[in-house]
Amino acid sequence: MWTILKNSFFKGLLTEKRVLPDIPPCPEIEGVGRELKKTILSLYGRSLHLREVDTGSCGACESEIVALSNPIYDIQRFGIDFVASPRHADALVVTGALSRNMVLALKKTYDAMPGPKFVITVGDCAMDGGAFGDSYYRARQGVQDIVGGAILHIPGCPPSPEQILSALLGFLQTRPPKER
Amino acid sequence: MKIFSGVIEELRAQGVEILEVLESHPQEAVIRIKTEDFHRACLFMHKRLSSAVMAMFAADERKAKNAFEIFCVFLSREFQKWCILAADIPQDRPAFPSLARDIHSASFFEREIREMFGLEPEGHPDKRRLHLHDEVWPNGLFPLRKDFVVFGPVAPNGAAYCFNRVLGEGIFEVPVGPVHAGIIGPGHFRFSAAGEPIVNLEIRLGFTHRGVEKVFEHKTLDEAVRMAECVAGDTAFGHSWAFCQAIEKASALKVPARALYERAICLELERLYNHFAGIGGIALDVGFSFAAQFASVLKERVLRLNQRLTGSRYLKGVNRIGGVRRGFSRQDIQALLCEILSISGDHKELKQMLLTSVSFMDRVDETGVLRQKTARDLGVVGLAARASGVAMDLRKVFPDVYAGSDFRLITQERGDVLSRLRVRMEEVEESARLIIYFADRLADLAGAVAANFPLAAAGCALGAVEAWRGPVLYWVKVADGQVDRCKVVDPSFHNWPGLAFAVLGNIIPDFPVCNKSFDLSYAGNDL
Repeated sequence: MWTILKNSFFKGLLTEKRVLPDIPPCPEIEGVGRELKKTILSLYGRSLHLREVDTGSCGACESEIVALSNPIYDIQRFGIDFVASPRHADALVVTGALSRNMVLALKKTYDAMPGPKFVITVGDCAMDGGAFGDSYYRARQGVQDIVGGAILHIPGCPPSPEQILSALLGFLQTRPPKER
Repeated sequence: MKIFSGVIEELRAQGVEILEVLESHPQEAVIRIKTEDFHRACLFMHKRLSSAVMAMFAADERKAKNAFEIFCVFLSREFQKWCILAADIPQDRPAFPSLARDIHSASFFEREIREMFGLEPEGHPDKRRLHLHDEVWPNGLFPLRKDFVVFGPVAPNGAAYCFNRVLGEGIFEVPVGPVHAGIIGPGHFRFSAAGEPIVNLEIRLGFTHRGVEKVFEHKTLDEAVRMAECVAGDTAFGHSWAFCQAIEKASALKVPARALYERAICLELERLYNHFAGIGGIALDVGFSFAAQFASVLKERVLRLNQRLTGSRYLKGVNRIGGVRRGFSRQDIQALLCEILSISGDHKELKQMLLTSVSFMDRVDETGVLRQKTARDLGVVGLAARASGVAMDLRKVFPDVYAGSDFRLITQERGDVLSRLRVRMEEVEESARLIIYFADRLADLAGAVAANFPLAAAGCALGAVEAWRGPVLYWVKVADGQVDRCKVVDPSFHNWPGLAFAVLGNIIPDFPVCNKSFDLSYAGNDL
């Protein structure tokens, strides 16, 4: 108990308010976050909930997405959270090169989500298979054929949490998702 | 050092005809034998070297000699040697006697050979496919054969996967996955439970199969190093080092000391960030949020340190054949030492936080026990094996760059979640010490960071690195300056069956913490 109290007292607030290079109009994460909250409020009432599906990634993208929830990035302060069930999700985050084995699971996950909903792809593999683009086991249809086109793609191998965060915030700030 | 040829003589005395013994590298002996002796020779080596099957794979050599080749790899700790038994399988009779009934660790490898090459393991008790799911892939199409061509849509064979069923009054099944609640890879878990306790767990994997070994073929060596980094994202460095090591052994390349120290530092950094992820994950899965977040901050700090040193949070792009791409500067080393000391200090706090919390200890103590005998029988490797009292670590068997560092092999006896946690905690301390030791050596060294590597010699060799989860093996055959065949073995492939045994008798709500304490890779298993 004392260790916890000591550490939370002396370490203080770890969350970073750093400048994001990619978004000129609102240079601070905090600023973007405030704008974003308005967008999310108008669209979903309260907050944006994401459900992640790995369709054959190496695990690095997952590691970076998990990092978004750590105290340093703390994505939850903007009203964005990752949820355990597609039933609770507004958007589907897809990673990986889309293995043939995952086609059905991906479709079922998407179908289980209530509308309005949209798709975000994360990582180079999710775009064109990345290093596995010409593999025999990559599904012949793309993500777009199974769950509809992604309205945001975040490139990188893997994209860093900062890149994911700024892409997500920047995108939502400029182009509110259309209802599907 | 003892002479390995004695073992070969013993093998001959068993009536096994030895066609050829190749010792192109001091750490590796390839023994060619006849197909009909393969089964007997493998059983002998398994007992004589007291080694599980560390890898078993085939290669399609029909063009050169109208036959497939089959290899079975054992590790001799006594002789500090990889012992590879090799035999030809004529193409007109594509079958071999199965080892699975005698050596469990061969079972999954044989199933893999069967689905990838169409070689029949005769007498194998379980012929279900691992990676190529029946729901989407036809029968009779073997991707790792050389004459397999990539094509568009395929007609699945339509069969449904048949799970083992537990029958009896009050038994019920709980299917979980492939998509899980957390942000992790996909896999299907089928629990059979009677009341609370789990009586059987069947794990079906293969969902992230991407055809890694086929994609490796015909890649240039530089491309292949980048590929190896994408096999298992959390072990990018371990995989790329194992690949480079295989090529370096095949080409008899001497890697400069500076590069070796840098590689060792990177390997230990990879161990650090993953162990923090594991410690935090165990805390999270029993609901101890503060400690989990504390650990996630430590993980992030190591990732940032990686970025600072190598330009990549996951240590990608560091390795090249013959060494590393870039030498650490004095400033880099200074920054490394400062940060490692600070992280070690915080790790002590984390350790105290967890081990002094009664409610936390109550959840992890005696949970998910993997007995030493089970671990040995299944051929469990790495961290999970050490937590069950199996003192095996490639850094001890082949010290190489670790020689002189007084490397301490860490084991625990009880094999429960707490043991796996303690192994992680002690390895964090040991890794921090090793990093400081290597950094000190590195500071005094000047010179090249990579050996000159003009041309890839044709040949084959085994590369092996003790990554954070356990040994990562790469058997690579080079022809015409390209990869001809690359067999990858991630420790996860050995350890998933261990998890299925560790959870027996535990309640389903404890499954996440058991699973996290093994922390196995889906991508590394499915390939």
